[in-house]
Order: sequence, then structure tokens, then C-alpha cells
Amino acid sequence: MKVLVAVKRVVDSGIKVRVKPDGIDLQGVKMTINPFCEIAVEEAVRLKEKKLIAEIVAVTIGPKQGAESLRHALALGADKAIHVTTEARIDQAVQPLDVANILAKLVERDNYNLVLMGKQSIDDDFNQTGQMLAGLLDWPQATFASNIQITDGIAQVIREIDGGLQTVKFKLPGVITCDLRLNQPRFASVPNIMKAKSKPLETIPLDKLGKLHNSIQITKTEAPAIRKGGAIVENVDVLLQKLRNEAKLF
Amino acid sequence: MQIIRNRVMVNSIPRFGFKYLSDSTFLNEEHLQIQKAALDFAKEKMAPYSAEWDKKHHFPKDVLRELAAMGFSTIYVKQESGGVGLDRLTASVIFEALSYGDVTTTAYLTIQNMCAYMVDQFGNEEQKKTWIPRFGTFDAFASYCLTEPNSGSDSKNMKTFAKKDGNDYVINGSKCFISGGSVSDVYLLMCKTSEKDVSCILVEKGTPGLSFGKLEDKMGWNASPTAMVLFDNVRVPQSNLLGKEGNGFKMAMSALDGGRINIASCSLGGASFAFDLAKDYLHDRKQFGQPLAAFQGLQFKFADMATNLVTSRLIVRQAAQMIDNSHPDKTLYSAMAKRYATDSCFNVANEALQLHGGYGYLSEYQIERIVRDLRVHQILEGTNEIMKVIIARNLLK
Repeated sequence: MKVLVAVKRVVDSGIKVRVKPDGIDLQGVKMTINPFCEIAVEEAVRLKEKKLIAEIVAVTIGPKQGAESLRHALALGADKAIHVTTEARIDQAVQPLDVANILAKLVERDNYNLVLMGKQSIDDDFNQTGQMLAGLLDWPQATFASNIQITDGIAQVIREIDGGLQTVKFKLPGVITCDLRLNQPRFASVPNIMKAKSKPLETIPLDKLGKLHNSIQITKTEAPAIRKGGAIVENVDVLLQKLRNEAKLF
Repeated sequence: MQIIRNRVMVNSIPRFGFKYLSDSTFLNEEHLQIQKAALDFAKEKMAPYSAEWDKKHHFPKDVLRELAAMGFSTIYVKQESGGVGLDRLTASVIFEALSYGDVTTTAYLTIQNMCAYMVDQFGNEEQKKTWIPRFGTFDAFASYCLTEPNSGSDSKNMKTFAKKDGNDYVINGSKCFISGGSVSDVYLLMCKTSEKDVSCILVEKGTPGLSFGKLEDKMGWNASPTAMVLFDNVRVPQSNLLGKEGNGFKMAMSALDGGRINIASCSLGGASFAFDLAKDYLHDRKQFGQPLAAFQGLQFKFADMATNLVTSRLIVRQAAQMIDNSHPDKTLYSAMAKRYATDSCFNVANEALQLHGGYGYLSEYQIERIVRDLRVHQILEGTNEIMKVIIARNLLK
């Protein structure tokens, strides 16, 4: 069984982001693999260790620095990598529907039985790509996975939803998007980082697989409002008065 | 909000600006990947426990085994011998990142690396096969015995003697300040085999006649056991000789440059940690209606701390690269790097303590532990005074 894991290179979650008129300032900013994508890679590696899948292929879309995330995936245990190259801004111009279309082309080309991805990327937080991909392929999907079991070609996934936990079952092939509590990714050891250098990395220019339509335009990017201090109130009446008049809650 | 590796959502005030280990001069992509792996490990598996290890004088053998699994215990041992086969610059980057989490265990890790390197460079096939795989997993812990109660800087004047007796050596003498003493499985002993000759002999724990002093109570490095190692008619087969008789000093010299880079790298990591704590404190603490960061006197102090930290890092990495390239001046630069980085980094930590005011004196704020740990780096692996002797000698010859 072959698994495709899609990874995205995003701004590191620990840094403070600077806002410029045309979007986030990416100049010299620390970038890393999207945490949910890393969880997806880790899950694929664990499934391979359980001998439920035979081959893991990691794919990313972006400029040449995007290969860093692929090498990280290879160091964690992926077997091969595909780099779909584009110079477009991945945090703005590479949008879910276009990504889903490109991934669908790769799925048709290489015949994967399962696609694993993060539930969303921490730069645009769309939470759409996995769902759209499943729709385009007419495959079943399970999103927000916090547990994945595969037995005899049937996937059983526990999903974390607002109401609690939901268990779904479907026959592969399918798309699963991964949530925070699915696993804790391993550290890439030095021997594995070195082994990753000799694993196959295929480069494909984006226009061979699809097109970026820019159907969503970003009109404004703003920093969140600076957090104002709170106040201690003497009694419930004052609290209700503040909630009505200041916070305008009711 | 931050999503950090151990999945704790921390609501911290994010800061712009200088990020301690973002300086990537000399580093290629592979170095950066390995640095990230080491730093992630240090932040998750070492930093949260460092204070406890220090307080309880706990030697974390399990964490050292995990470090070995990451490939960090035989970094510059050749791949053919079973090591990772990387260079000194990578080792420096790794130790700097790990000592950001805990200085003491990282310093012990450098000793393991050095012992493994010596077996790899000078051991015969049998010795390499026996020890390197065990060093590589921390199945065996190693210690390096050079210093004696009466010979520190004057190491050539050591008295521990290994006398030939049939097919064995019989060893008498004592070594002191040995990291790993009483815990380590094998001791790389530098001893005299004739009046002038220094040789290196492997002595395993449990050999009759081998005993240890009590664990020393130190200013810092509390997570690492230090003790005297005593040899009373210890009999080992002559096959335990590492390399050739009389080559002990040459072997020690070849390991020294690297050892100096290692200890300097440990200073860099510890100082970076203290520096980051100081930076946060300068923003958070308010006096006279302003954050401390607004006071020029403290700004100047902080500017000097940063400059010294960055320049220390540059010379350490340059010296590491010179060792990798067998540059003729590598000994000179290694001595300069060790002298400069260990002094500067101790001062960075000490100033960071001062910036914290009274809180800097409390163990809860962690700075004082860094100061205590870094203080010994100015002394061991060759005192900084000896470093100056070496520097002057190299310059004036």
C-alpha cells in the first residue's frame, strides 16, 4: 500500500509575525514544516513500522526552500519525495482548490491508496484542502483524526469534533487529515538526516500538473488588536453593567 | 499563542529581534537540520529537567541513552567504525544546541565522544569492535583519566605507573576530578609506562584493585558524578593498551584541540540560555515606572553581552572548521576559542544574573545554575592560563 503525505512549509509558530501592506513579512523569517503536516508524516511512518503500508511519498508545493520540509519528512522516515516547484507565495497564491487539483493529478499518476495531510496549515488556517481533494477524487474522507486504525483495507478513524469524538469507518482509498492529538512526532536523528540525503527527490514544475487561479484575493492583512488590560470588579452588579455597556455582550 | 513540541499552548508575549542560535555563518543546510534536531531535543527532553538534575545530583543515564539514539555520542567517529562520521563543526553545533537545555549532561556527552574518538583513531580492530558500538548506544559509559592530585596543568609530571608483568600491566596511582568516576564502565587511563613514556590503557570497572573516592561535592556540574579513581595493583592484559606505548601524549594532543572546541561549545549554549532569560526579564521587570530595557546602563551591558556571545560563537566555529580542514593554525585557534568563549560566556551568564537583581540569586530563576555550571569551563580541558601559554607560544615561535 502506498501513502501520499502532503506537507507545507510555513512560518515557524514561535516567531512574532510582522505585517506589511502586501501581507506577512517573510523576509529572513524562520520557516518550518507545518506542525499538522509533521504529525501526518509521523503517522505514515508509524503505519509503515506496523507493516500496514509499504511506501511513503512526501510532496510539497513551493519554491526551492520548500525542499527543507521534504528532507525533514525523509529524515522522519518517508521513502521518496516530490517537489512541485513554483515561485508563487505559498502563504497567499497557493490556495486549497489549486493544491487539491495538483494532488489529485499525482494520485492518478502514482496510484496511492491513502492520502494523509495535516488538518490545516497554521498560516492560512483554511482547513479545506483535504476535503476538496477527497471530493475531486470521489473518495471517502475522515478529518481531524486523533486515531487511525487500518485493517484489511478498511480505515477506522476517530475524529475530534466539537461534540466529542466520532468514529468513522471506510474502505480505502481515502483521505485522512490529522489533528493535534494523533501522535507526537519523533526527533530526526542524525543518522536518519544523513540517510535522507540519498533518498529520491523528484522535481516537477507546477505548470506540468496544474495552474494557480488566485480565485481568492487577499484584500487586507492586519495584526490582531493589542490586548487591553482587564479590571477587577467589586460585585456582580458592576460586572453585569460592564458586560452590557463596555463589552456590549447583551 | 505558541504551539510548542510538547503540545502546551503557552500564552506568552512574543518578541521581535535577535534569536540566539539564528546565526548561521559557516553552517550549511545539513548543519541547520541537525541543529534543529538537537535544539528540539534539548528543549523538550533536557531543559525541563535541568534544575531537578542539578538539585538532586541526578545523572540522567536514560536521557544520555536517548541522546545516543539520536546519534550524538559518536559524532566524529568514522562511519566504518560504527560512528556517525560527521565533522567537528557539526559536533560544535550539536553541543551548543544541547547545552542550551542542560550544560552538565552535554559536557559529559563530549567526554564520551572524545573517548570514542580516541578508540577509533588509535585502537586496534578488536578494541574498536568491542567498544565503539557500546559507546554509540551508551551501553558503556566512558571516562578520561589524566589529571592527578599533584599534576594538573603539569600533566607530563604524572605519577600513575603501569609496570609490565608477564603479559599484563600492573597499575598503581590515582587520578582525580574524573567525570563519570565510579559510574563509568571503562576508563581511558593516561599513565606512565616508563620514566618518560606516557601511554593510554583501557581499564574496565570491576577490575580488582580499581576503586573510587567519594563523589565530589562541586559548585556546579552536579548532574555529572565526579570522583577520584584509585589504582592499587590493578592488573590488566597488555592488549588493553590503546595505540603504541609512549604515544600517549601525542594521542592526548590530537584529541585536545577538539576537546577545547567541545567545552567552548557547551559554554555557548549555556550562555545563550542565560542571555534569553535576561532579555525577557529586561522587558518584563519594571522599576521607576519603566521596563528595565529602557535604562541605558542596562542597554549597554546587554549590548556587550550580545557582542561577546556572537563573537565567541564565531571563533569557536572557525576553529572547528580549521580542525576539520587540518589547518596548520588549528591549535592556535582552538586555544583562542576555548579561552575567549569560556571567559566571555561565563561573564554573559554572570551579567545575566546581575540583570535579574535579587531574583538572579534564587535557584528558581535558573540563572545561578548556569553561572555555577559554566564556571568550571574556564578551568578544565586546560586552564585558560595554559591556553594563553599555548597562544603565545604559537605566536612567538
